[in-house]
Amino acid sequence: MDLFEHQAKELFAEYGIPVPRGIVAHTVEEARAAAEQLTGRVVVKAQVKTGGRGKAGGVKVADDAADAQAKATQILGMDIKGHTVHKVLIEEASQIAEEYYFSFLLDRANRTFLAICSASGGMDIEEVAHTAPEKVAKVPVSPLTGVDRARAREIAVAGGLPQQALDGAAELIEKLWAVFVDEDASLVEVNPMILSADGQVKALDGKVTLDDNANFRQAEHAAYVDKAAEDPLEARAKEKHLNYVKLDGNVGIIGNGAGLVMSTLDVVAYAGEEFPGQPKPANFLDIGGGASAEVMANGLEIILSDPSVKSVFVNVFGGITACDAVANGIVSAFQLLQSRGEEVTHPLVVRLDGNNAALGRQILADAALPRVELVDTMDEAAKRAAELAAVGA
Amino acid sequence: MAIWLTENSKIIVQGMTGGEGTKHTRRMLAAGVKVVGGVNARKAGITHEGLPVFGTVKEAMEQTGADVSVVFVPPAATKAAVREAIDAEIPLCVVITEGVPVHDTTEFWAYAVSKGNKTRIIGPNCPGIASPGASNAGIIPADITTKGRVGLVSKSGTLTYQLMYELRDIGFSTCVGIGGDPVIGTTHIDALQAFQEDPETDAIVMIGEIGGDAEERAAAYIDEHVTKPVVAYVAGFTAPEGKTMGHAGAIVSGSAGTAQAKKEALEKVGVRVGRTPSETARLMREIMSSR
Repeated sequence: MDLFEHQAKELFAEYGIPVPRGIVAHTVEEARAAAEQLTGRVVVKAQVKTGGRGKAGGVKVADDAADAQAKATQILGMDIKGHTVHKVLIEEASQIAEEYYFSFLLDRANRTFLAICSASGGMDIEEVAHTAPEKVAKVPVSPLTGVDRARAREIAVAGGLPQQALDGAAELIEKLWAVFVDEDASLVEVNPMILSADGQVKALDGKVTLDDNANFRQAEHAAYVDKAAEDPLEARAKEKHLNYVKLDGNVGIIGNGAGLVMSTLDVVAYAGEEFPGQPKPANFLDIGGGASAEVMANGLEIILSDPSVKSVFVNVFGGITACDAVANGIVSAFQLLQSRGEEVTHPLVVRLDGNNAALGRQILADAALPRVELVDTMDEAAKRAAELAAVGA
Repeated sequence: MAIWLTENSKIIVQGMTGGEGTKHTRRMLAAGVKVVGGVNARKAGITHEGLPVFGTVKEAMEQTGADVSVVFVPPAATKAAVREAIDAEIPLCVVITEGVPVHDTTEFWAYAVSKGNKTRIIGPNCPGIASPGASNAGIIPADITTKGRVGLVSKSGTLTYQLMYELRDIGFSTCVGIGGDPVIGTTHIDALQAFQEDPETDAIVMIGEIGGDAEERAAAYIDEHVTKPVVAYVAGFTAPEGKTMGHAGAIVSGSAGTAQAKKEALEKVGVRVGRTPSETARLMREIMSSR
């Protein structure tokens, strides 16, 4: 899970990392009130979970409260790379002497942690990394030894930070390491990390990605979930513990195993290219290995309640749970849906493959479920599901 | 011969007495796999599924001669379980557990490295490894394919099964599910190297997914070191772009991690990449029938 900048900074502050004073505003009135409270020049910053907001015009300096209100009017509601701005952070303006870049992150390729530090911070850090890689220090950090103050200072030196910033930077880096480890983060990034005119090293921005796998020991992370941004169908699916992602097409997809479902999305999209209107997947839904009747019914219920869905493709590979069990699950799912007063109104294309595939298909054929078609292969089934979505079925 | 797991492999199960551990131990035994015991510090001395339960991996190895451990313990206990396996220097540790925090995986990987990598770790969050006709460590359904001369390495469980099933008439030497987590113990490259060196593997199927740059690095490895034919499949061409934050990821890998980038990297070194799993199976069939 990615945090908003203001959440990241609140977290930094808990660890004693210097950040500018700031207040979150959801309306222009709140923005004005926040600026009045902070007094003086402020920065109005769009809160969106994407990079490049500065270049997109999502960060503006305001001279006073009235100006802050005007700037917030421009920024609230703005679209930045597909993210609508629902809130802004009103922050006291900092006197910036220099801008640096710093991050701790997971280095997947080398299977270790990495500190990245550069004296050339700011918006163009990616460009610097590309054109002048020697200006960007990448220092591996072992999870077995971690980062103490001395190590933090070495990293700051490697990044080319000037003498007068080293003490402050070392302290900030050491605390940032504590955030990274104690909060189970896979990324903490400060860009820019600044040296202020009065000689303080501060985090002027903050990006944090938390590891959802660690939720069992990070109970307080639940408070960071952005419920407003959740798709209503995704929220309902989550309540039923379904691994569901809403997409913008019209072929509902159910499958078992993340890789197989991802592959199903591709195969349906390719098949859709052949038909008018180019049908595409309406969702990602992985019902896991067991594919029980209840999970299947819950999944079908979510998908059938999506108004954009025109046809449904159930793509199941029977492994340990063989296809006859999966077929019985589908039959029971229909009965369960019927008992809940739900009617299956869309055509369903089912592909069953793997253990006891023939038996599973026979069970489905015998059950003569309304609007269910059996197709033997994944590619052919995808084509049929796309075709049915194209004719509006 | 197969890679890493043979008919002589003796398997212990860490977390055998739990629900998943019990279910899959039973399955492995039914398939004729040599499971010789389990490990649970709190239940040492009991018999479960007809097998002895030991207090530690070390003791289980001493008593049974086990050389493979399969880990089914819950995520919160996985780091300790794998560290214990590393301390015992068991040659192969297959971590099935899903949902292990990445800090824990990175730590036990660093620990394995610091101990000289005497234990090969597969996973976490993987289906395990199967050498059809010989042995099966994990949750891969054993009976969907046959013994043959194709090697398979995959990030995804069900796509592994799909390919194993589609090529069941040709058969496999070993199928390795390496898992899709950001940090894993055995990579595509490790498996490619082992298959290249295995005299009973003639060709290799590699399955990748969006994210990271493991496939790009595998492509570079294939270019340098692999002479056996490789076909590949990459899932996620139409997956929506993930919400990536900040610049750090791009600075590190220099790769977008997209399926298209992976496909291009693989094709550039002569790997044929199937558009669908079935087409990938067809490509492999062509290679094996022309031999």
